[in-house]
Amino acid sequence: MKIAVCISYVPDSITKIKISDTGKSISGDGVSYILNPYDEFAVEEAVRTKEKFGGEVYAISFGTEKDRDVIKKAFQQGADKGIFILSENENYDSYTVAKNLADTIKKLSPDIIFTGKQSIDFDGYLVPNFLSEILELPSVNITTKLEISDNNVKAERDTEGGKETIEFKLPAIITTQKGINEPRYPNIKSIMAAKSKPIETIKAKFNDSLTEITEMKIPPLKSRGKIFSNSTSDAGELVRLLREEAKII
Amino acid sequence: MENKILAYIETKQDKLKNNAYEIVSAARQTAERLNCEFDVLAITDISDEDLKITGKYGAEKIYKVSLKELNAKSGKTDFIYSYSANAVAISNFFILKGYSILLLSATMTGRDSAPRIAIKTESAIIPDVTELEIENEKLIAVRPVYAGKSNVKVKHKTDKVIFSLRPNVFKAILNEKETTIENVNIDSLNISAYDFKDFVKEIKLSSAKLDVSDADRIVSGGRGLRKDDVYHYELIEELANTIGAATGASRAVVDAGWRPQIEQVGQTGKTVSPSLYIACGISGAIQHLAGMSSSKCIVAINKDKDAPIFQTADYGIIGDLFEVIPELTKEFKKVL
Repeated sequence: MKIAVCISYVPDSITKIKISDTGKSISGDGVSYILNPYDEFAVEEAVRTKEKFGGEVYAISFGTEKDRDVIKKAFQQGADKGIFILSENENYDSYTVAKNLADTIKKLSPDIIFTGKQSIDFDGYLVPNFLSEILELPSVNITTKLEISDNNVKAERDTEGGKETIEFKLPAIITTQKGINEPRYPNIKSIMAAKSKPIETIKAKFNDSLTEITEMKIPPLKSRGKIFSNSTSDAGELVRLLREEAKII
Repeated sequence: MENKILAYIETKQDKLKNNAYEIVSAARQTAERLNCEFDVLAITDISDEDLKITGKYGAEKIYKVSLKELNAKSGKTDFIYSYSANAVAISNFFILKGYSILLLSATMTGRDSAPRIAIKTESAIIPDVTELEIENEKLIAVRPVYAGKSNVKVKHKTDKVIFSLRPNVFKAILNEKETTIENVNIDSLNISAYDFKDFVKEIKLSSAKLDVSDADRIVSGGRGLRKDDVYHYELIEELANTIGAATGASRAVVDAGWRPQIEQVGQTGKTVSPSLYIACGISGAIQHLAGMSSSKCIVAINKDKDAPIFQTADYGIIGDLFEVIPELTKEFKKVL
């Protein structure tokens, strides 16, 4: 089975965000990047699928030079080959990413494509379903359970207030949610093995974006609320304030 | 291109979802500001009476696509709906009627459909919007990024655009209108069996009476509710029942297996914006704040006065949860 997993490098969620001089993006100074946490589930599911059905796992990522190392993270988790689509332009959006990924995926022609349900930088949930439309493939999102037999897949996904069972055929795009698996931690052996795995770099072909960020701002800190620490009598005062001041009870 | 707005509303279990009213309301206000027309679209088999409730929020014209008729185009019968086919139906209707703006809710289903529709209709998509502004007669969206640590203003470079609006952020404002419903002829939408790429076979609703993603009030519990190696959910549950709230949980609580993942609020769980969010024994890590910081009123109860949650809270009590929560429940019972 030829398995693709699309991954992205994102600022660690504990990173303190500073706005760059352009006022339209974050400043890269002091930011540490991690494999998008939802993509960890995607890489793990890709590797498990390989272990079950045989084949190879291709980790694919789009980004600027600083993002190249994300492929190594996927290698450490068990991916076999890497394709890095290098963009010289920093002003891209999810559409640019999807167009380039789709082009690469089309040539690779995998049987199954995994990716995280969202990336924690822009939280757009856009790339997977852009891909599904461009590639005309089924896409099942926020997946927490997966059963593959031959070309038939049965998946369980999260939805408001419950779970849905969905059936579809491969090739397909599956976006992973927490709960689908427990990603393995890289060990010395897998870290060493990752060093010799090949990364193919290709230049981004598409530069078009459909949206533009005109301003990025840190929201003003909320003024500190009314915090009580007297005794049990606080509860009564709090309920009074919720009724009379906040007017929500 | 002349502006014309389509508001897509979702239904669930034979009823309109609550955020349908927000979407209609947002569409009405946007149409008034842009001085353009707006219509409403639903893919559903709920009754016309139920759909007409949106008239209270300003819907005048509702187009209804019968889900049964749509599904029949697949040539199959053993499924409930198909994400891919619903997106095709919305896209083709949007193109057919010449709309330029689509508003829908950034629910889990809305977030699934929006990018699909964007590609099919050659529109830009701006997801999870929390504010819509008009600059030079053009709509500009504001949305949170980096877990809510910053906001961006985004403009589109295309003629057509889709905005998915974060649930519970836009207000449903009463604006009663006379509503007419028109059934859309399914054949006009050109749906073929090829458009059905996935089949939803079964929907299992969680046993919880109320889910965090739909709730207007949420009481969430964190690690602080553990005592003698037991997670004291009953405290959360009783408070939640008293005020008609859903129960939520922090990541630590879900990872420990004390509560199901469906209750998790935060980056690896759900993003919520209820009117009232009561965080009990939750320290307020950035990953948790990412999921609830757009709540309208945040109440924190924690024994640690330095817990970061107090910096986001509108009200807070520093104290022992095992005393404060029952006391709070008692006080709510007095007035409710």
